[in-house]
Amino acid sequence: MSNTDFVLAVEDLTVSFDGFKAIDALNLYVDKNELRVIIGPNGAGKTTLLDLICGKTRASAGSIKFKNGEMTKLPEYEIVRKGIGRKFQTPSIYENLSVFQNLEVSFPRGRGVFGALAFKRDDEVKTRVQAVAAEIGLAETLETEAGLLSHGQKQWLEIGMLLMQDPELLMLDEPIAGMSVRERELTADLLQRICKGRSVIVIEHDMDFVKRIAHKVTVMHQGKILAEGSMEQVQNDPKVVDVYLGH
Amino acid sequence: MTTFKHWLDRTGMGSVLLLALLLIVVFPLCLDLFRLNLVGKYLCYAFVALGLVMLWGYGGVLSLGQGVFFGLGGYGMAMFLKLEASDPVTTKIQSTPGIPDFMDWNQLTALPMWWEPFRSFPLTLLLVLVVPTLIAFVIGFAMFKRRVGGVYFAIITQAIALILTVLIIGQQGYTGGVNGMTDLKTLLGWDTRTNSAKYILYFVSVGLLLGSIVLCTWIQKSKLGTLLLAMRDKEDRVRFSGYDVSMFRVFAFCLAALLSAIGGAMFTLQVGFMSPSLVGIVPSIEMVIFAAVGGRMSLVGAVYGALLVNFGKTYFSESFPDLWLFLMAAMFIGVVLGFPEGLAGLYTNKVKPWWQRRMAARKAAPVTVAPKRAEPVATTEPGALPPGISSQQT
Repeated sequence: MSNTDFVLAVEDLTVSFDGFKAIDALNLYVDKNELRVIIGPNGAGKTTLLDLICGKTRASAGSIKFKNGEMTKLPEYEIVRKGIGRKFQTPSIYENLSVFQNLEVSFPRGRGVFGALAFKRDDEVKTRVQAVAAEIGLAETLETEAGLLSHGQKQWLEIGMLLMQDPELLMLDEPIAGMSVRERELTADLLQRICKGRSVIVIEHDMDFVKRIAHKVTVMHQGKILAEGSMEQVQNDPKVVDVYLGH
Repeated sequence: MTTFKHWLDRTGMGSVLLLALLLIVVFPLCLDLFRLNLVGKYLCYAFVALGLVMLWGYGGVLSLGQGVFFGLGGYGMAMFLKLEASDPVTTKIQSTPGIPDFMDWNQLTALPMWWEPFRSFPLTLLLVLVVPTLIAFVIGFAMFKRRVGGVYFAIITQAIALILTVLIIGQQGYTGGVNGMTDLKTLLGWDTRTNSAKYILYFVSVGLLLGSIVLCTWIQKSKLGTLLLAMRDKEDRVRFSGYDVSMFRVFAFCLAALLSAIGGAMFTLQVGFMSPSLVGIVPSIEMVIFAAVGGRMSLVGAVYGALLVNFGKTYFSESFPDLWLFLMAAMFIGVVLGFPEGLAGLYTNKVKPWWQRRMAARKAAPVTVAPKRAEPVATTEPGALPPGISSQQT
């Protein structure tokens, strides 16, 4: 495949677990500055797709190109350093550390063993932490132990940890799971702000939320793409109604 | 005075100073030379326990083969001392004078090539530090890159301890076999068996140990320490924040090996011999018990653990030789079940809050209003965070 303008180009991607094809010859292209939402029934392979892109699972066949660079053979930390950030489904933060420290640890400097030994908390780090904390609405709770945050705040903190790295592609797995209505609204606003200057892939089930944020929606089913397009197109697609949205 | 107290609180150096006072002043004044020499020997194990705090407590990786590195350090030093003790004049009755006696008994007629570097003291010191660290690097790199961890890592390190013991015993002509290396006498012409030498070696051990504690404290307070804890609890999050988790574990393993090797070398100097009985599975597990009893999250605690368990071992094995192993096993199980953070955890979680409540109650007592109840165990108090993370230095 020749080079493209896409930030992310996934082609003929296949992964099989003991013969079961969780992802089956899948193609997916994501533009710059695009906010893409992936929906689909349970077991459609949405999370597996993110796992493949970030290197957590290894592809059986196919290619994943990020800014025209092949990702399938790189170790996970290299993929992150190229500019792909991944948020997990359940909030994955360091509960014993303060909010400040959680963000600081994610700052992309001193990533080697000896770099980490020599790392100093200088003004650049502090400024960046404060900026990101303000973005995710945790500026007032910087000194709080992260384990004491509410569920929604933990989700935001993890998004903030990814923003510290300033990734070009951000992948969020069900970012509003377990959030209150108010928190969902704030998250939608946050996503709309942070997708400026970077591409974002979101996996989500909540259709109202999807409607609010999505530029383009991809529907997955049994490891394949069932439909792709604007929310309206997808919603009126009879195949999608059949397998996912229901009549 | 208050700034000094503040500094102690912030850095947690108070407990280190207390330990230094005990080791430098109290023990030498109160114990006779025989007992002090024993303490010196126990302190050698404390080096290993420090390494385990970094590797096991912080890194979350349990090694049951630290005796390997203790032994490698100890044997390196022993080889130098043995060569010095085997000069041609004292060994002239041998069929080949000038080589260690056990080589002569095993029909070796020349010193093996790989013994040659141990004729030089600076080179010996270098090898004592470098060889164990390098071996730890190779083992660690091979295992952690393949994501071998937990129980599997513990079993493999244990197997390595067994392999090294078998190797040492089997290669009698090169290693002294099951007897080990004995009759070590002088270090660069300085008799290490005299009383003054024993005092000096004791203080050298204490100095190195305190230095190691300071070094480890510095590492714990750096970003590397924070990352070790973070990857112990949320490995994937660290990995997907752009860190090569395996290399951090390799570092912790190498550090633990280096500390163990220093302990081994000081052991040889103070005790005057090195043998495979200090390398194998049983001593390696004992070293884990020292760290567990003292508290695997606390450097100072690990030193107390090594001292206490070894005192117990000496005392009980003198009085009830048959019972000792059972007692030690019971103590280990008791610690793991009863207070998993060891003595240090017992202090920070139970004794300290109790003392603070008492002091608070005493302060509040003269007031007519009923004394305020102390806050429920203050877990966020600085310097008192055994399970979690010490606050990083700014």
